[in-house]
Amino acid sequence: MLHHLMKPIANAAPSRRSFLKLSAGAAGGLLIGLRLPGASGAAMAAEGELAQPFVHIRADNTVTVIVKHLDKGQGAATGLATLVADELDATHEQVRVEFAPADAERYKNLFFGVQGTGGSTAIANSFQQYRTAGATAKAMLVAAAAKAWGVPAAEIAVSKGELSHASGRKASFGEMAGLAAAESLPESPRLKTPEEWVFIGKSFPRLDTKMKTVGAPGVYGIDHKAENMLVAVVAHPPKFGAKPKTVDAAAAREVPGVVDVLTLPAGVAVLADKTWPAIRARELLEITWDETEAETRGSEEMLAELQAMAARPGLKAHVHGDAEAGLAGAATVIEAEYSFPFLAHAPMEPLDVTILFDGGTAEFWTGSQLQTVDQNVAAAVLGITPDKVAINTLWAGGSFGRRAQPDSHPIDEAAHIAKAWAGAGNTPRPIKVVWTREDDIKGGYYRPMVAHKVRAGIDAEGNITGWQHRVASKSILIGSPFEAFLVKDGVDETTAEGITDMTYAAGAIDVEVHNAQTAVPVLWWRSVGHTHTAYVVETMIDRLAKAAGKDPVAFREGLLKDDPRKLGVLRLAAEKAGWNDPLPEGRHRGVAVHKSFNTYVAEVAEISFRDDGTVKVEKVTCAVDCGVPVNPDNIRAQMEGGIGYGLGAILRNEITMTDGEVDQSNFDAYLPLRISDMPQIEVHVVPSTEAPTGAGEPGTPPIGPAVANAIAAAKGEWITALPLSKQGLA
Amino acid sequence: MPVNLTINGVSHSIDADPDTPLLWVLRDELNMTGTKFGCGIAQCGACTVHLDGMPIRSCQTFLSDLDGASITTIEGVDGKAAEAVRAAWQELDVPQCGYCQSGQIMAATALLSETPKPSDDDIDAAMDGNVCRCATYARIRAAIHLAAEKMEG
Repeated sequence: MLHHLMKPIANAAPSRRSFLKLSAGAAGGLLIGLRLPGASGAAMAAEGELAQPFVHIRADNTVTVIVKHLDKGQGAATGLATLVADELDATHEQVRVEFAPADAERYKNLFFGVQGTGGSTAIANSFQQYRTAGATAKAMLVAAAAKAWGVPAAEIAVSKGELSHASGRKASFGEMAGLAAAESLPESPRLKTPEEWVFIGKSFPRLDTKMKTVGAPGVYGIDHKAENMLVAVVAHPPKFGAKPKTVDAAAAREVPGVVDVLTLPAGVAVLADKTWPAIRARELLEITWDETEAETRGSEEMLAELQAMAARPGLKAHVHGDAEAGLAGAATVIEAEYSFPFLAHAPMEPLDVTILFDGGTAEFWTGSQLQTVDQNVAAAVLGITPDKVAINTLWAGGSFGRRAQPDSHPIDEAAHIAKAWAGAGNTPRPIKVVWTREDDIKGGYYRPMVAHKVRAGIDAEGNITGWQHRVASKSILIGSPFEAFLVKDGVDETTAEGITDMTYAAGAIDVEVHNAQTAVPVLWWRSVGHTHTAYVVETMIDRLAKAAGKDPVAFREGLLKDDPRKLGVLRLAAEKAGWNDPLPEGRHRGVAVHKSFNTYVAEVAEISFRDDGTVKVEKVTCAVDCGVPVNPDNIRAQMEGGIGYGLGAILRNEITMTDGEVDQSNFDAYLPLRISDMPQIEVHVVPSTEAPTGAGEPGTPPIGPAVANAIAAAKGEWITALPLSKQGLA
Repeated sequence: MPVNLTINGVSHSIDADPDTPLLWVLRDELNMTGTKFGCGIAQCGACTVHLDGMPIRSCQTFLSDLDGASITTIEGVDGKAAEAVRAAWQELDVPQCGYCQSGQIMAATALLSETPKPSDDDIDAAMDGNVCRCATYARIRAAIHLAAEKMEG
C-alpha cells in the first residue's frame, strides 16, 4: 500500500526533510505537527547487556530484536529477526522479538521517512539495516572476546550463538554482552555474502507461533488490561458524514456498569467498567443525526455515476504513443466495462485502541501501523506535542490495510473520548475503545467502488496496437497527508497502478482516471489499486489471446519478451501446473500474472462447477519472484493467504448501501471465505539474488483474473461485475 | 444470584448480568483473553470453547444457562488430541495473525477427539464455522491431518 511513498522519499536524504514534506501535505482538516516525536529509544542497557537500537543481548543469553514494523500476521517480526540472527550467527532458540516504541528518528520506515508499515516494504526497507545491526553486534562481541582472551579478533569464530577460539576458549553471547557494550561501534561491519547465510533463504520458523496456540495473555490490543480501565464503544452515524444532533442517553445510563456517555464530534461513546454493559447500553441510546454533509445515495447510484464518468475523457494518468491511432488500425478491438464493489477488510480482530491521557501526556496500546501519523493526530486532538504521545505497538489480529489510516481515525476517536473524559473533570483512567464487528463492517474505510472502461486492439499477428483505459473511483489519497507525494495533477497513483506500469508491450497506451466524490471513506485494501487493475488487465489479455487464436500462456510469453522476471514466474507456474497437460473432465484452467510492489506473481487456477452451478476453485499453482527470499516458508504462507483473501472477495464480498446506509453488518451478510472454499495451493518461490521485495500483498491480485479466465475457458464469457455471487457463480 | 460453573477444572462463582455472554465472562470477569471476540453472532468461531467436551460459541452462550456447567478454554485444553493439535500447528507454522487460532484449535481438538482420522470432508464439516481472514486454511487442514498421525504414533 504505502509503497507509493518509496519514490518521493527514497531520494530525500535526511528523514527529517521527508517528514516535513509529508507534514506540509496535511490537508482535509488534519493537523500534522511539524516536530518529529521525541526519541524514547530502545531499552536502557542494564549491567552486563549490549543494548542497541535494533538488538538487545542480555546476560541470560537471549537476543531480542527490536521490531520497527507492525506484525499483523504477515510475519514482519520473524522476518526482521531472521536478518539479525543470520548476521549475528545466533540460534533460533535464543532470539526474541519486541516492538519498537514510536520514535520516527530511529525507527522510521526507510522508504516512507516516517514510522509505519505497509506496501509490502517491511523486509525491503530493512534488509540492509537489520543485517547491519546484526553484524554490528557480532563485531562488538568479537572485539570484546578478543580483548578478554588476548587474541586477534580475526581468529575468533562465531557460530550458533557461541564465540570460540582455537585455544579452546569459548563464550556465549550473554557472557560477552557486558564487555561488548564497552566496545566502540564498528564503522562498517562486514556483511555476509549470500553463500554464508545460515537462515536467509533457508529456514527460520516463526517466533510468534507458540504464543498464538496457547491463548497467551496480552498479545493483541483488544487483550490489553490495565488497573481501573474503562471500556468504550461508540455509536457511529448510520450514514457517512453525519454528526450527532440530539442524544438521549437516559436509558443507556441505567445499565449497570455504565460510567458515562460522551458526545463526540462524530459519534456518541458509552463508557462502562466492562465490555458487555457498554455494548448493551449503546443499543439503548436515542440519537438523531445531522445529515447535512452525509452521503445519502445508494451504491447503485454511486456505481452509475462511476460508469458515466468512465464513459467520458478524464485526467491523464499515463500516455505513451498514440492509442487512438493504434486502435483505429487494429484488426480486432475488444471493448469492455468492468465494475468492482466496495470491500471491507474485516480483520479478525476488530479495531481497538487503549488510551491513558493525564492532561499532559498520552499513552496508547494498539496495533499501530502508522505510529508517526498516530502520534501527530493524537497530539493535535489533545493539545500536546507529538513527543508527549507514547505508543505501545501490540500484535494485530490482521489488518489487510485497515489499520493504516492516513487520518488515524481510531486514535482520533480515542483521543476525543479521553479529552472529553478529562474535560468533565474526571480522574485519568485508561480507556479501551472497542469496535464490534458491526462497527467494522458498517464503518467505511473500504476498498473503493471502481468502474473501468477499456478498449484494446491487436493486429493480425496478435500484437497489441493500442490500449485505452479509464478508471473511475474515489481517490484514496486526495485529502490525506500523503496527497503531496502521491497525487500529481489530480491523479492518485494508486487508482490506476498496474495499468500505468503495464509491460504487455502495448505499442500505444492511454490511461485516464476520474476522481469521484463521496463521504464514504475509502482506504487501501491488500494490494490497493491492483485489486481491480490486475483483474481488468489480465482478463483483457485473455480476451485478446482468444481473439488472436492463441493459447493464453503462449500469448503472454510473446508480449513479455522484455520483462524477464514476469516471464519467469509465468513459465514456472504454467510448468508446475501442467498447463499443457489435458485436464480431467469438468476441470478448467485460467492463468494470470501480475507485478505489484516490485514482486512478480503468476497463478494458475483450476476450477470445477458444483451441481448448483457455483464455482469451486480446486487448485492454485503459484510462482513468486520477490528477490532474495529471506524466509521462504513465510513467503509461501503469504502467497497462500493472499490467494485466499483475494478469492474470498471475488466470490461473495461486496458492501452495498441503500439511501446511504450500509446493508451488511456482520459475517452473516458479508460472507467470508471458509475452509470448504479453500483450494489446494502449491507455491514455488523463485531463487534470486535481486534485492528482496514484499510478499504480503502481491499474492492477492492474480487470483481474481486467474479464476475469471478459468470460468471463461469453461463458458466462453468473462465476468465483468464482481463478486461472482451476483452472477450465480458463488 | 451468582452462577457457579467450572472453567478449566477450577470452580468459579460469577455475579454478573445473567444475559452476559460467556465470552465476556471469560475475557472481562476472569481475565482469560485467549478466547477471542470476532463477530458476536456465532458466525466466525473465534470464541469457540468446549462445554463438556463439545465445541460451542461462547458469544452466544449466556451466563444464566451455565449453572453447573464445565467449560474448557484454550488456556486449559489438554489431552492427547489437544497436544497433537498444538504440536502440529507449531510444526507447520499455521498461524499468521493468529487471532482466530484459539478457536481453530478448540474446534480441531473437538474434531479429533470424536474422529481421530478425519477425512477432508470431515474437516470441512467440523471447521467451516471457524473463519480465518488470513486464510491459513490450507495449513489448518494439513495440521489436522498431521495431528491425526501424531495421535496414532
